[in-house]
Amino acid sequence: MSLLIRHGRVIDPANGVDAVEDVLIADGKIERVGKSLAAPPGADVVDARGKVVCPGFIDIHVHLREPGHEYKETVATGTRAAAAGGFTAVACMANTMPVNDNGAVTDYILAKARVEGVVRVHPIGAVTKNLKGEELAELAELAEAGCVAFSDDGRCVMNAGLYRRAMEYTLPFGVPLISHAEDAHLAQDFTMNEGVVSTEIGLPGAPAAAEDVMVARDILLAELTGAHVHIAHLSTAGAVRLVRDGKARGVRVTAEVTPHHLVLTEEAVRSYDANTKMAPPLRTKRDVEALVEALADGTIDCIATDHAPHALAEKEGEFDQAAFGIVGLETAVSVLLDRLVRPGFLPLGTLVARLSRDPARLLNLPGGSLAAGAPADLTLLDPERTVTVDPLTFRSKSRNTPFGGWTLTGGPWLTIVGGNVIRP
Amino acid sequence: MGWTRKDLLTMRELDAGEIVLLVDTAASLQEIATREIKKVPALRGKTIVNLFYEPSTRTRTSFEIAGKWLSADVINFSASGSSTSKGESFIDTAKNIAAMSPDVVVVRHSSAGAAELLARELACSVVNAGDGAHEHPTQALLDLLTIREKKGHFDGLHVAIVGDITNSRVARSNIHGMRKLGITVTVAGPPTLIPPFVQELGVKVAYRLEDAIRDVDVIMMLRLQHERMRAGLIPSVREYGHYWGLTLDKLGRHARPDVLIMHPGPVNRGVELSPELADGPYSVILDQVAKGVAVRMGVLLLLAGSKGAAAA
Repeated sequence: MSLLIRHGRVIDPANGVDAVEDVLIADGKIERVGKSLAAPPGADVVDARGKVVCPGFIDIHVHLREPGHEYKETVATGTRAAAAGGFTAVACMANTMPVNDNGAVTDYILAKARVEGVVRVHPIGAVTKNLKGEELAELAELAEAGCVAFSDDGRCVMNAGLYRRAMEYTLPFGVPLISHAEDAHLAQDFTMNEGVVSTEIGLPGAPAAAEDVMVARDILLAELTGAHVHIAHLSTAGAVRLVRDGKARGVRVTAEVTPHHLVLTEEAVRSYDANTKMAPPLRTKRDVEALVEALADGTIDCIATDHAPHALAEKEGEFDQAAFGIVGLETAVSVLLDRLVRPGFLPLGTLVARLSRDPARLLNLPGGSLAAGAPADLTLLDPERTVTVDPLTFRSKSRNTPFGGWTLTGGPWLTIVGGNVIRP
Repeated sequence: MGWTRKDLLTMRELDAGEIVLLVDTAASLQEIATREIKKVPALRGKTIVNLFYEPSTRTRTSFEIAGKWLSADVINFSASGSSTSKGESFIDTAKNIAAMSPDVVVVRHSSAGAAELLARELACSVVNAGDGAHEHPTQALLDLLTIREKKGHFDGLHVAIVGDITNSRVARSNIHGMRKLGITVTVAGPPTLIPPFVQELGVKVAYRLEDAIRDVDVIMMLRLQHERMRAGLIPSVREYGHYWGLTLDKLGRHARPDVLIMHPGPVNRGVELSPELADGPYSVILDQVAKGVAVRMGVLLLLAGSKGAAAA
């Protein structure tokens, strides 16, 4: 079984490739990349003229909601949303019901993924039992069951002593802790960024310092323990400075940023549309500029969507009572191509690296490269396609996006996982 | 200058001409309260729904009387509790009320933005009677009417708003309204009760009561909610009262003799305002309440009345 992708612009940052070439796939793996490859007998051929051929995009921050919140999303619908959005793999957060804080839940998610999933699914285990921040989860068993990282995402482990022990205990497993950096006291009862907009529209805000304080703490703990700490959804200029400084001092700290924090500001909250409510909240223009610069220069290692599906009833009502979070899998690529690459803030090659090579390296995941022998996970982009975001067409079960109605240029064109074209 | 809006949601969105029209309309309706038969037929056949998600005596009663004096049918709908945790959601309630074809819905809700949400959902007029810590435009309008009657004009006035500015919709609506009319506004309170970047709204900030009340024409004292103490914003009600409570003694030492004292109510006597001040000659607190009815009549008339009915 082989597949030949012809005449596309191949961007493979892991191998320094950016050229019009062909990609030959056989038995679910990359056979070779080169000019004018001959199609083996019986091979399927994809004409990718005018398209961009990339290693499969990997989103390391997704909420698949299964088990427990299947009315928001399931492994089946979430992985279809991923494929539709150009992602060939996702890492799913532990805040399910029950929480993924033991091997049985991890086994369940992986079994669901094998049977119903259409992209690769990498579970992330909880740091503490039931995300309570009180006792360590069974971290060794979670790692053995296949968890690729540990995180209490959605909550911050406020007990620094416990978090230090989590870093130490997991050192031998070679997987990072992912921090939802948000001081629970500074962010108490918040619904948005604290600033001039929150003052005007009368919503309780959390200051940027609620994030910065915890990013600083986590970097100090990573320095103390030698652990790899990965900061989820970085959103402030202050946190960017702290990560940059930590990296310069050789601390094992990495960070991700979401598409929405790269293109939206707190101004969007003036609409009182709960699809502008998320944690961390949308920040200021100054923060957005710092995030884009940090993504370009590598201070921020990768892009992750924090895909957080919620049912309509949880997002249509009063702002302060609505759930936090938005879906991201099916809008990320178009938003990034149109708002960052097209205006020249980010080279296309860098975007591809931050969506494929870099997240794969961070979590030691298969993929992220088109080297011979690598899994044949590919994302093909159409840089000229006009995309009008219509939430009603989402494969996700949920439609909570602030991008509905946006018209964008460029988007995913074909998603290939293990050599198979996925038609979600 | 005519009225063209479907809703009255914020003072922020109004221009000075619209604010003056609202105040003038209310002023012209005040005399109805002095009639033996307090009823004019201006809104006969119109239906007004008071949709109150928060406990309120003064504002709800005020809207109810205003509607009844204008001969409208007024229905009170009190809902309690958060929408998503129990019972019918806010949006569902809105759709149900819309199906009953009211002409005006007056809404009070603990969530900022609730009135705007409702206005987007309903084809009829919506009046914001207070949404969380956002706005309370009819309160600002009645405050402005009171100030104009007592001072005769708005020109060059200076108003101090004292207390929990962060959590006050009354403060926000007054700041917007007063700034548009050229009134200088100083907000004052302990820094924990002053919202960040409040200067961006065009106000001055004072952190001592005596600085705030010196040379102002009006002092507007806000109610201190006791739960602020538990949130760590103030050490105790006792300390707050000591440093931020207005007394006759402080007034005599620092304020002008012709100063007006206002309060949106209900007053914590002995906390933000000493009893002798609340009932004394400086206080216009009951004038505010009386003018509240006239303001709400004016608002209802402009939103639901036929063109030219404002002269009723």
